[in-house]
Amino acid sequence: MKPVIQLKSVHKAFQSVRAVNGIDLTVFEGQFTAILGPNGAGKTTLVEMIEGIQRPDSGEIRILGLEWKGNEKTLHHAIGLSLQETRFIDRLTVWETLRLFASFYDLGKDRVSEILETVNLQGKTGAYTMNLSGGQRQRLALALALINRPKVLLLDEPTTGLDPNARRDIWSILLDLKHRSNTSLVLTTHYMEEAEQLCDNIMIIDKGLVLREGTMDQLLSEDAAEKIIAFSFETPHPPCGDFDKKCPFPVYWDEKNGKGTILLSNIEGQLPQFLDFLNTRGFRIKNMECRRKTLDDLFTALTGRRLDE
Amino acid sequence: MNKRFHMQQFLHLTLAHLKEVTRQPAVLFWGIIFPILLSIGLGMAFTRSAETIHHIGFVRSDAFDSPSPAAPDIEALFTRSVHDPHHTLSIRDETSFTLTVHDDTLGDTAYLFETGSWDESILKLKQGRIHMIMEMTGAGVVYHFDPLNPDARLAWHSLSPLVDVDAPPAGKEVKTDATMPDADARVSPLEMPGTRYIDFLIPGLVSMTVMMSCMWGISYGMIDKRSKKLLRRMVATPMVKSHFLAALMLVRIFINIVESALLVFFAWLIFDVAVQGSTGALALVFIAGNIAFCGIAVFVSSRTANTEVGNGMINAVVMPMTLLSGVFFSYHNFPEWSIPVIGKLPLALLVDGIRAIFTEGAGLAETAPAAMLLFLTGAVFFAAGLKIFKWH
Repeated sequence: MKPVIQLKSVHKAFQSVRAVNGIDLTVFEGQFTAILGPNGAGKTTLVEMIEGIQRPDSGEIRILGLEWKGNEKTLHHAIGLSLQETRFIDRLTVWETLRLFASFYDLGKDRVSEILETVNLQGKTGAYTMNLSGGQRQRLALALALINRPKVLLLDEPTTGLDPNARRDIWSILLDLKHRSNTSLVLTTHYMEEAEQLCDNIMIIDKGLVLREGTMDQLLSEDAAEKIIAFSFETPHPPCGDFDKKCPFPVYWDEKNGKGTILLSNIEGQLPQFLDFLNTRGFRIKNMECRRKTLDDLFTALTGRRLDE
Repeated sequence: MNKRFHMQQFLHLTLAHLKEVTRQPAVLFWGIIFPILLSIGLGMAFTRSAETIHHIGFVRSDAFDSPSPAAPDIEALFTRSVHDPHHTLSIRDETSFTLTVHDDTLGDTAYLFETGSWDESILKLKQGRIHMIMEMTGAGVVYHFDPLNPDARLAWHSLSPLVDVDAPPAGKEVKTDATMPDADARVSPLEMPGTRYIDFLIPGLVSMTVMMSCMWGISYGMIDKRSKKLLRRMVATPMVKSHFLAALMLVRIFINIVESALLVFFAWLIFDVAVQGSTGALALVFIAGNIAFCGIAVFVSSRTANTEVGNGMINAVVMPMTLLSGVFFSYHNFPEWSIPVIGKLPLALLVDGIRAIFTEGAGLAETAPAAMLLFLTGAVFFAAGLKIFKWH
C-alpha cells in the first residue's frame, strides 16, 4: 500500500500553548483514519497543517509524496476538505454554491448533479444555504469536499453538534465512499462511535501528543480481559469525599450523569470485593452493568478525563 | 429582592458589554481612540481660524478697461468701510483685494474679491472657488449667484449693505444723481446650467457614492466571508485568488455604474444638470475612480475579520476625504499650503475630474492625468492589499 499522508515529528505552538507536540502519522491509500480526542487536544491544528492552512513550526508533512511548499496547486486539486465550521454565502442556493466550487476545479453541471445525489440533497437544490438545517449544511460541506473526487479527504469534526440521525446520514455517505473509491480519509472527532464506525485506524490524541494508535481491535485488545463496571446509586448525589480513596479499585465518577465506572481485570474475583465494599459503606446500588471496554474508557484510563468533556 | 435581582442582572449585562469592547485592543482603537483623534483633528482644522471668508468674483463691465483693482475705485465702492475703524480694506495684489469686517463676538468676516473677466469668473464659480460674482456695470452693481446656494446668499446678505452703489467711480466726472437714475443693486440669479450649486453638487455626490459603495461594499463582502471562514474554505481549493477579488470589484463597479447613472438621470430630469464635456472622458475618470477605491477597499479590509475594526478603518479613509475633497464645498477655502495636498486625494481627483467634465466641458486631454493617477492609486493599493491579504 502506498502512503498518502506522511507526518514526521510535527510541532506547532501558539504563543505559550503547544497545540501539536511532535506527532507522526502515516495514512495509506484507501485507509480511513480517525484522530480522536477531546476539545482542545490539537485535532484541528493537526488537520489544518495537513490541509496546508497552517504551517508547522517544525517537522515534515508530505501528501502524495509532496510537500505543501511549491505544490499548492497540485495538492489543492487532490484534496477535499471540510472545516470545523464553515458558513456559506447566505443567499446563494445549494445548487449555486456547488456550481461555484465546481468551477474552481473546472467541473460542470453533471458533477454537481452527481454530488447532490451522493449527499442526498437533491430536494434542496433551490434552497438558500442560510435556510438549511445543521445536518443539511454538513452534507453540503461534505459535497463541497467530495466534488473534485479527492484522493485525500480531510474532515474536521464533520458531525459535531448534529443529532444522531443526521450523524448517521453522514456516516452512511462516508461508508459508501469507502466501498466505492480509493480515497484516503483523515477525520477528527470526539465521538468514539464515529471513529469506531468509519475508521480502520484510530489515533487518540490529547494535549498535542499521541496517546495510542492502532486499529480498534489493537487499541482495545491490550488487557483484553478488562471489563467495565458502570454503576449508579439510589441517592443522586456523588458519593462522599473518601469514596474514591477507600475504594479498592480506581473509580471514575461522572458527576454530570451521576454515574461511576471501574475497570476490572478479573471480574470473578474483583466484583464481589467491590460489592462488599459498597455494602459495608452503606451505598445502595440503583443500577449496575458490565460491558466491554470502549475507546472512551481507554481515554479515561489514560487521562482521567472523558472524551466529551 | 426582585429589584435587587434586576439590578444585578443589569449590572452584569452592562459589565459584559463593556468588557467585550475594552478587551479587544483593535476595537478599542478604532471604536474609541480613533473617533477622538478624528474629532480633535477636524475640530482643529475647522476652528483655528475664527475668520469667515467669502470668495467673490469681481467683474467690471463699466467704462474701465483694466480689470485690476485700483485703490480709489474700490474706496469709492466701500466709502462707509473706509471711514469705519472696524473695517479694513486692503489691496492684496494685482488681481485681488479684501474687505474685512472685524467683530469681537462673531469673529471677523472677510470678503476676498478676485477680479477677472466674466469668463474667468464663471469658471471659478463652476469650480466652487468663488460662490458669487459681483459685476460692476455702468448702471450699478449686479450680484450673480445661485439663490439656492446658502453660502452665496449669506455673502450677499452681509455684503450688499456695505456697498455704496451710488458712488461714482473715482476718476470719472461727478454727476448728479439724476444722471444715473438706475444706479441700483440687483441680484441676477444664476440659472445657466453649470453655474448653479446643484451643478457643483451632483459631480461631488456621484464621486462620494462611488467611494462609499466601494469601501463599504467590498470591505463588507470580504470581512463577512473572512469571519464565516468562507475565505479559508475557498482558498483551500485551486481557486485563483486574484479572480476572487477581481470578481468582487467587477460587481461593485457594475453596481456603481447603475447607481451613478440613476443619480445623474434624475439630476438631469429634475434639475436639468447635464454633462457638458466628453462622455468618453467621463467614462474613463469614472472607471479610474472605481478602480482606485476598489483597490483602497481591498487594502483596508485585507486583514481584519472584525466588523467593528473594519468600520473604524473605513471611516478613517472615508471621513477625512468626504470633508476635505470638495464634495459639498470647494476645498480652496482650506489653508493655501494644504490645497495641493488635498487636490491629490483620490476623492478630490475624482470630484474635480467629474466636475470639470460636467460643468466646464472638459475632455480627455484635461482629465487624463487625473484618471491615470487614480488608476495608479488603485493598482498600488490592490497589489499591496493582495500581498498582505489574510485568507485564513
